[in-house]
Amino acid sequence: MKYACLIYSDENDAVANPDPASPEFQPMMAGYVKFGEESTAAGVNLGGEPLANTSSATSVQLRDGEIITTDGPFAETKEQLGGFYILDCDSLDEAISWAAKIPHAATGTIEVRPVPDFSQAG
Amino acid sequence: MVDPVNHRIEQLVRDEWPKLVATLVGELGDLGLAEDAAQDAAEVALRRWLDDGIPDRPGAWITTVARRRAVDRIRREKLGQEKAAQLARLQARMAINDGAEAGHGANMLRDEQLALIFGCCHPALSVEAQIALTLRAVGGLTTAEIARGFVVPEPTMAQRLVRAKRKIATAAIPFRIPDDAELLSRLGVVHHVLYLIFNEGYVASRGHDHVRDDLTAEAIRLSRLLATLLNDDAETHGQLALFLFIESRRPARTDAAGDIVLLADQDRSLWDRHLIAEASAALERAMALASPGPYQLEAAINGLHAEAASEVDTDWAQIVLLYRELSRRRPTPVTTLNLAVAVALAGGPAAGLELLDAPDLAAELAEYRYYHSARADLLRRLDDPAAGDAYRRALQLTDSEPERRFLAQRLDQLTS
Repeated sequence: MKYACLIYSDENDAVANPDPASPEFQPMMAGYVKFGEESTAAGVNLGGEPLANTSSATSVQLRDGEIITTDGPFAETKEQLGGFYILDCDSLDEAISWAAKIPHAATGTIEVRPVPDFSQAG
Repeated sequence: MVDPVNHRIEQLVRDEWPKLVATLVGELGDLGLAEDAAQDAAEVALRRWLDDGIPDRPGAWITTVARRRAVDRIRREKLGQEKAAQLARLQARMAINDGAEAGHGANMLRDEQLALIFGCCHPALSVEAQIALTLRAVGGLTTAEIARGFVVPEPTMAQRLVRAKRKIATAAIPFRIPDDAELLSRLGVVHHVLYLIFNEGYVASRGHDHVRDDLTAEAIRLSRLLATLLNDDAETHGQLALFLFIESRRPARTDAAGDIVLLADQDRSLWDRHLIAEASAALERAMALASPGPYQLEAAINGLHAEAASEVDTDWAQIVLLYRELSRRRPTPVTTLNLAVAVALAGGPAAGLELLDAPDLAAELAEYRYYHSARADLLRRLDDPAAGDAYRRALQLTDSEPERRFLAQRLDQLTS
């Protein structure tokens, strides 16, 4: 069973998301390296990526055949989607235990969403 | 007119229900299908046992029928690989032992029932869903009965159950006993669900009956089951003791007109001595396990009420100590409110009022009707005219008919 772990946190909070030039940045990255190694060694990590800040986001819609682009994220929220993993776990309990190990679980929120398997759908 | 044989059969089917659903969930890995098959089998049992008599091993009988019904349902409804896998598991089970539970020992059955309870009370589900699933899958209540208990339309409750089961299936919420590391917090969720079911029965806050005893009875049934399954968990026994002590006072809690009778004014000869004895035994069992907790403290407080011949004879000093320990372990505004009431009875209304009028508590419980009714009562005893306003505030906040009548009556007595 695949689960997407969506990593939400306040991108303007210097504690949750320290500036790459600050000394706090390295320990946070080290936490992600550790998570990546552990989850890969356990065979559950199917991949994941960090996302650049929402200030660099562009929202795209197709309306009447016309592409409409807007500056900014889909929704303005207090916590923003900052990255994700796809994990392969036996159950939600296993996914929850991995999600709790993602460094931002301590400062933000990890939303765990099952990835449906449509391959057997009629 | 209740037919005794019919009643006994219904009782038997109810008692078998959690074991049956737990076994089927273990074999099928599908709560919805397990419930449907169990329902089919329960209906067959109710009909057949009335005609042919109760079989020697009703549990084995009903399990066999349920497995066959599950096979029928899978053949009709399921698609592809999932169907093949489920059928294979079921048929293997039926081939090993068609009709008997041998090879399906007591331990396995115990673990399956616990797994079912923990699955229904999984923290990834909403509290409403946890309650509904527990009553349906473990308690065997019908959707209509649950809807009636929680005063929501039946389609709403059916929708709630469907959504919950869909989430269980989509997110692969497992039916398993949690690891030691999470057991305590997961058990806390189970206790919370049972507590909410009991409380909903105790104070039908949106209904017109002061007591909806079907839900309290159901919570007690579930609590007894949990205490059997988790014989070494102190808080589980403590919670059972608490429920039973409170339930023992039910015959005295309302008068013939359905009006509320406060603890102080209750006819204590009406208290159910059998339930009190069972409650005391459960509390003793809990305390022997030497792992104190909030439910045991609350049970001990209620045990002191059960022992006392009247309100005056009650050991209020001891109750104050127990509430202090309770607020240390579970510091909630409502615990402080209860502490204040006990302090008032132990040391006079002024001492209790002082605690109630602490600005933090007053702010936190500003919308809580029992805060205002307790405060009103203490003010009344002190002949303080502010009692009237406090009763009026409590009246504004209650939507229970018997409570409204009670408060209005007190307010009347005040002004006359």
